[in-house]
Amino acid sequence: MSALVSGEFWALVGTIAGIYSLLGLSIQLQFGTTGLMIFAQTAYMAVGAYTMAILTVRVGVGLPGAVLIAIAAAMLFSFVTTMPAVRLRGDYLAIFTLASAEIVRHVARNADNLTGGAQGSIAIPGGEGGSQFDSGWRLVESEVAAIIGSFTGNPVSHNVTMLVIVWTVFLLISAPFALAVRSPWGRVAKAIREDELAAGALGKRIKRIKLQVGVLGGAIGAIAGILFAFHFGFFVPDDFAPLTLLYVWTAVILGGMGRWWTVPVGSLVFGTIYAGTRFLEIPPIDLLGAAERAYVRLIVVGLLIIALMAFRPQGLLGRREDSVLHG
Amino acid sequence: MTEFFQLFVNGLTAGAVLAISAVGITLIYGLLNIANFAHGDYLTLAAFAAFGFNVLLGAHIIIATLAAVATIAIFAVALEVIFWRPLRRRGARNFISLFLSSLGLALVIRYSLFLVAGPSSRSFAVDRFSVVELFGVRLSQSALIGIVITVIAMLSVGALLAYSTVGRTVRALGDNPSLAAVSGIDPNRITLHAWVIAGSLAGVAGVIQALVLTSFDANMGGTFILAMYVAVILGGIGDAYGALVAGLVVGTLTELSTWTVLAGGIDPRYKPIVLFSILAVVLVFRPYGILGRERLR
Repeated sequence: MSALVSGEFWALVGTIAGIYSLLGLSIQLQFGTTGLMIFAQTAYMAVGAYTMAILTVRVGVGLPGAVLIAIAAAMLFSFVTTMPAVRLRGDYLAIFTLASAEIVRHVARNADNLTGGAQGSIAIPGGEGGSQFDSGWRLVESEVAAIIGSFTGNPVSHNVTMLVIVWTVFLLISAPFALAVRSPWGRVAKAIREDELAAGALGKRIKRIKLQVGVLGGAIGAIAGILFAFHFGFFVPDDFAPLTLLYVWTAVILGGMGRWWTVPVGSLVFGTIYAGTRFLEIPPIDLLGAAERAYVRLIVVGLLIIALMAFRPQGLLGRREDSVLHG
Repeated sequence: MTEFFQLFVNGLTAGAVLAISAVGITLIYGLLNIANFAHGDYLTLAAFAAFGFNVLLGAHIIIATLAAVATIAIFAVALEVIFWRPLRRRGARNFISLFLSSLGLALVIRYSLFLVAGPSSRSFAVDRFSVVELFGVRLSQSALIGIVITVIAMLSVGALLAYSTVGRTVRALGDNPSLAAVSGIDPNRITLHAWVIAGSLAGVAGVIQALVLTSFDANMGGTFILAMYVAVILGGIGDAYGALVAGLVVGTLTELSTWTVLAGGIDPRYKPIVLFSILAVVLVFRPYGILGRERLR
């Protein structure tokens, strides 16, 4: 129980929630706003994190360069995987992108000479005695920590510093997101979601906007992946597994479609349900052992998805008119 | 050449599992717009059912297979009545809501199985270590039983689709729902028939897969779901014959890609990438399937 009252613990939870909220923003842009059924957002994370780490460790690129190239790599990846959306029906895109995300994870697991394989970033070849990809970042982080410390009067920890950084990045990306959704560009994106043929008949540049949405989502996902790498200092291919993707999708749908601020709300509610099935000592959960709890929690997530589809496709805070899920 | 035949036989067996699964998936997909991503878990359930009949109750593997097939057919129909139909009534009719619901269902089935059966691997009561040699191709006894069941199943599926009233009406409805309805086909009854077929095929495929893999746990079927969908898309969504052929093609191509004569063959670890390349090529050149016509919207 002591873990539940410690500030450090909640700073950690808040940081993770922030990283996944960022990833959720990518889903909110691609699916919630534009209606593109893209299931590759964890692959954007993976491409971002791995490109950054490999460039830093093997090639010796500096921090800003590695981060920018990593974001560009994820944008390129999302451009290529969004291509089928230009021409094909949505369900093909869903299956194609899901498969492409699995391929990224598969390559990461098996290309030991490049990615370190299943052992994760610690085994990326070229580093001296383990992963060094975050040494440049730690300097930046300690400077940020010093700035925050000068406000609070006390030195702040890694978790608290990351909490501030992650949520600052979230707000910095949410602001243009909110503006873009209301702009003429955003209205065309929503029109594509509602009725692509009609939007096309009005002469809107559908192909271009779909690809832009794909690429921007890729950039947001890569930023989430890079922050994930910096926060933990270590990552493995399975951090980007389909199950993680499904969790973030569920959190986004739970929050509601088409608005940026519903994403953190959805993440919070989902995170509470998810962590609750593991940590809470209340009946009937306390009758189960640790292994059983892990299974029960996944059953609960499954039932949650089904319940959302059946009873509240617009999510907790979404508007019915923004719901892509029924209709 | 022996290596070629070995890979070819392995590919055909893997392909048959994909083919039989893909026929069930594509029928439901074409008919009800459900891309059922829980289909792989229907296979797992079949393996566990057959394990129950074969190992716990001591039935012969063939009897256990038949019993498992019946069990999954009933299970599939029951889920239509208590799950899919109520979902449709509540308005979940488009691809994405049904797709996400099936992912939820997959989690529920898979982890309920883990909860009940635990994480340990199971095997059927067949001799796993005896190896049969046919024309220089080495096959385990369970793989041989798998091939026998596969051949019987593929022939019956083909015959069922081609000649039986159920098969023809299901294909008609998948092909053109309004025309089929005008011709006096009752969609509700056919829906149940389609689930019986999809469930039975999942049952057969699940047992074969468990035999070929020699041991399995609750993750078994779900691992292959994307490969099954590559076959479904290659065959053309809703096209049962297409899925049958595409499953075999996908299985054999993936396996043969590791043949050392082909410039050394690709590393077996990268077989999934071959699968993905097939999907990419199909989406670029023939998204309506190898046997299909252009019908994208």
